[in-house]
Parts: sequence; structure tokens; C-alpha cells
Amino acid sequence: MDRPAPTDKTVLRLEGVTKSFGVGTEIETEVLHGIDLVLQEGEFCALIGPSGSGKSTLLNIIGLLDRPTSGRMQIEGKDTAGLSDAAQTSLRGHSIGFVFQYHHLISAFTAVENVMMPMLLDKGWPSQAMREQAGTLLDKVGLAPFKNSPANRMSGGQQQRVAIARALAMNPALVLADEPTGNLDSQSADEVFAMMRDVNRQERTTFLIVTHNLELARRTDRIIEIVDGIIVTTKPEAKTSAVSVVAERATDSNA
Amino acid sequence: MKTWLPFELIAAFRFLLEGRMQTLLTIVGAAVGVSVIVFMSSLLAGVQANIFSRVLSTQAHIVISPSEEVARPQRTATALQTFAIVQKPAQRLRSIDQWQAIAAQLTARPDIVTVSPAVVGAAFAVRGEVADAVSVTGMEPDAFYRIIALPEKMISGSATLSPNGVLIGIELASDLGIGVGEKLRIRTTSTKTTSGSDQTFIIGGTFDLGNKEVNQRSVFVSLRSAQSLLGLAGGVTSLSVNLIDAYQAESVATDLRSALGVNAESWIKTFEELFTALKTQSIANYVIQFFVAIAVALGISSVLVVSVVQRSREIGILRAMGASRAQVMRVFLVQGAVIGMLGSLAGSALGAGFVLVWRAFARNPDGTEFFPIALQPMLFVATAVVATLTGLVTAVLPALSAARLDPVDAIRG
Repeated sequence: MDRPAPTDKTVLRLEGVTKSFGVGTEIETEVLHGIDLVLQEGEFCALIGPSGSGKSTLLNIIGLLDRPTSGRMQIEGKDTAGLSDAAQTSLRGHSIGFVFQYHHLISAFTAVENVMMPMLLDKGWPSQAMREQAGTLLDKVGLAPFKNSPANRMSGGQQQRVAIARALAMNPALVLADEPTGNLDSQSADEVFAMMRDVNRQERTTFLIVTHNLELARRTDRIIEIVDGIIVTTKPEAKTSAVSVVAERATDSNA
Repeated sequence: MKTWLPFELIAAFRFLLEGRMQTLLTIVGAAVGVSVIVFMSSLLAGVQANIFSRVLSTQAHIVISPSEEVARPQRTATALQTFAIVQKPAQRLRSIDQWQAIAAQLTARPDIVTVSPAVVGAAFAVRGEVADAVSVTGMEPDAFYRIIALPEKMISGSATLSPNGVLIGIELASDLGIGVGEKLRIRTTSTKTTSGSDQTFIIGGTFDLGNKEVNQRSVFVSLRSAQSLLGLAGGVTSLSVNLIDAYQAESVATDLRSALGVNAESWIKTFEELFTALKTQSIANYVIQFFVAIAVALGISSVLVVSVVQRSREIGILRAMGASRAQVMRVFLVQGAVIGMLGSLAGSALGAGFVLVWRAFARNPDGTEFFPIALQPMLFVATAVVATLTGLVTAVLPALSAARLDPVDAIRG
């Protein structure tokens, strides 16, 4: 395959994944039609496509927040079909980090406590080691001085950086970012993007970033384009005409 | 974050603190409900304890009297012959058969504290042309005063009985126009002797048993005087018994009836209507408490339901970060329990405050309390436990709805 695979360790594998809503009713609609996708360790990818193309649905399935209607999915070589709800929750906690468009910190906690949260949920009890590890992560995203600020007293860009630190808390194999910069001014967006890029290079964490911003998409290693529930391109080169057209359209619809 | 607290407690406290206005109002709501329960329970316990102690100060726990006389028609030669009417004999004034042996057996029982033999009969208190019908009780002061605290009820004179002394109610004293140190003639009409008997006593004191009728009709003399007055030499008509636990009276009385073959009546039976009334009062109180508790529970529950909706996005994020359904559920259960517990603590304090205010203002004209209200520590402990459990139970539905939230929907908001 003609993609930059830094190693041959597969983080995510989708084979013929479909998703239908309203199964068994008259309004049954298939929104994903046979998705095949492989992500290797250390990849830094953009997922683009117009609104309603199935990006978010695909992201939710990959993030184990939703289950596919059919097809196979493996995360770090582990089959996800037939996992119990609890096992799925545990796998999600350990292997996947989320960054959402609206930063989504828990406002009742401070920055460092938000970063600790995935570890706390995993272990059940807080510890000093967790706090230190969370502090290191905040340091990495340049927020060391804001460690003990309440989450809702920080700027949008700061909150999103906390969210990235939180996504990295369990040292996940895969970070899913849904429009991580969609809610930020361009300077903050650049900073956040650069932050993710740094983490990707240093930790070899795989990133899958949903974005409408073609400019950002072009700065990733690989663009996966989805249109009407089908992956139309998955190329390392971001300057193909097809991508441009779709991305232009996406930018328009986003405006 | 305190390292000795698990995630659920930390998150519950943070959520409660973040919505502090909402939390505070819920706790106040719960506290008001709990204070009503605490106050009503204390008040009712005080009222009932007061009524019982008043009743029991003039009433033995169990009174033993001779078994009833029954008609025993003579059998005739033809066994098939039946009588159309068998008349019940009139109950004569009789002594309890073998009363000394019975008294000894009673005293030997571990649940019985006091046994007081007495002779009770009808007589007239005579002065000049006035003859008032009275009930004469002959007793041994040592034992009798342990059952009926006559010395505490004395208005004038003393409760010490001389051989020819008599204690009379204040109403009788005023009806007859006599007082301490003066003479009183007591006359009985006996069926055995046509003349009856007539003795003169010296009034040793007057008492007030809290009931006008009783004060008009009661005359106490020594056991020996009453025995000779009523023609029952060596006999007693009743044995008054006090128990360690007054509320066991009915079962002990049943036991005595079968064990000793005597007629034993407990104060619970004697005051059956009073007991029924008090029981009804208690039931009414429980019903009110139950509905207050339901109102409190609904209050806590509705606030938590709203809180789950408000926090659905945060719940979704927690789930995305690896929180299990059980963890999310416990966060809300803990919130319910904490509200219930804090509400009960504040409510107990408030209820205790009400009781103190009541004590300060609900007083007789002479400044004494209507009746003493005790603040029972057990009541507070029980209320706290029940309120905490109530909070926990009412949180179940909101907690379930939080746990069932689909993270995808919740995050999308």
C-alpha cells in the first residue's frame, strides 16, 4: 500500500463495516456502506467529507461509542464484535483518546483533575502518581501554570489543549479528534494542531482528525475522504483534485 | 482530590458543590421534612409518656381479684333434666382464697417488683346528717405507696397512717367540711349483720389524685381497719402488682390467670379505650410522617432528574473516557444519599430547635411545662439512617437514567 506506514503495527482495522439507523423499521437507512480502513501506529490522518457523509458515525464506531451493523473491527488486533458493554468501555478507556469540538471538560474539576480523569476512572481511586503524570501532560501542552485553574475559567484554546492532554492520559494507541479546532480562532487552531502533531511525532500516537478545514487537512500525512458513506480517497497526497473539490464543498457547507 | 476517596464520591461532591444553590435548596427541603418528623415524634412520645405516667401513678399494672362466683345448680337424679334459667349469683365481697400463698408466688417472680394486698369495699362517710358514699381502701402503706405515689399527692397532713388514721380526697374533705386532725365516722352496711359496723377515724391528711370524682369517693385506711370495717378479718379483696415493664402487663396478666387460677386484669385492659386512642394517634402520626417522607423523597428525586439532564453532556464525556455505567450510576446514588444525610442532620437540628422552643413557650400559667419532651438520641440516629436510605432509593431512577444515557447522544447534546 502506498501510504507512509512508519511501522507495520496496525492500530485499527475496519473490514466491510456498515451502519444502519432505524433497523427493522420503515425508515431504515444505511449511512455507512462497507468501510475498509487500516491505520498504522504513528499515522497522522485527516478524515474529511461533506456534512451528512457519515464522518461522525464512523468516528463513533471507531471510538466504540456505537456499534457497527455489520463488518469487522479490530483495535490493536483485538476484535470488538461481541464485546460486552463493560469490556467495550474498558477497551475504550485504555486504547482510545477523544478530543471533541467543544472541548468538553468537566467544569466541576480543575485542569489537572480533568487530565487525571481517565486514569481515575480506570483505577477508581486517585493517587499522587496520577496527579504527577497529569501534571507532566499539562506541561507538555504548555499549560503547567494553569494546572489548578477550574476548567471553565480557561480560554477556548487552553481548554482544547487540556482536552488533548486528557486524551493522552491513558497513553492510548489512537486519538480521535472531532473538529478539534472548529471552535477556535485561527491562531489557537494552529497551536492546537501543532500540539497534536508534536505528540504524534514524539509518542508515535496515531491521530484521526475529523475536519472541515482543508488547510489543516493538507498538513496531515494522509487524507481519508468519505462521501455518502463510502471512502472515496485515502491518499497520502492532499493535493488531488477530488479532495480539493469535496473539501471546497465541505468548507462552503461549513460556512 | 483526596486520595482516600473513590471517584464516585469525589465526582458526587464536586457536582453537588458546583450546583450549590440547587443542592442547598434540596437539602433545606429535606431538612424541613425531617424536622417535622423529628418534632412530631418527640411531641407525641412526650404526650404519650406523660399520659401513661399520669395513669400509672394512680393505677397498678395488674390487679388480682377473686375469681368470679358461679352458680352451681344441684343435679337431680334424672341426668337429662335441664334448667330453663340459671341465675348468675351476685358477687359478694370476698377475700382472695389463699392470698398469702399467691402473694408469695407473685413476689417470687422476677418480672414483678411490688405486690400490695388491699381490701376495697363500699361505705359511707358520715358527719352529722350528711352521709357520702365512698370507696374504702385498706392497705399496707409500704407496699401500696410504691404502686400509687400517695405521699406525692398529699395536699395537707401526711401520708403516714396511724392505726385509726384515715386519708381522704380533698373534695370529700370540703364536702364534709372537715380537715386534718378532725374525726370522721365511716359506716358500712353489711349483709351479714343487720347493723353493719361503724368506726371513727382521725383524718391524717387530704390528697388530690387529679380527678374530682376520685377525690370525692376515695378513703384510705390501714389494711387491718378495713378488714374489721368490712367484715373480712384476715382477708384481702385484691392484690395490686407492679411490673418492671408496665407494657408487659397484659401478657403477664394472662400468664397469672392460667398459672394461679385467679382473676388478673392488666391496666392495659382497664384502659383499653385510652390505649386504642393513643394507638390511633400513633398511626395518624406515622401516616403523616410517611407522606412527609414521600414529599422529601420526590423533592430529592426531581432535583436529581434535572441534574442528570443538565449534566448529560458531562456524563457522555465521562463515558467516552472509560467510565462504566455502574460508575456513572453510583455518582448519582451518592448524591442522593448525601442530600438525604445532610438534610437529616440539618432537619434533626431544626427539629430539636422546635422542641426547645416548644419547651420554652408551651407552659402552664405557673411556669411548669405541660409535659416533659425528651430528645431521644435514637430518634436522631434512626432519622439520619432512614433519610440517607431514602435519598439513596430516590436516586435510583435518576441514576439509572444517567447510566443508560447513550454517550453519542449525550455528547452531541
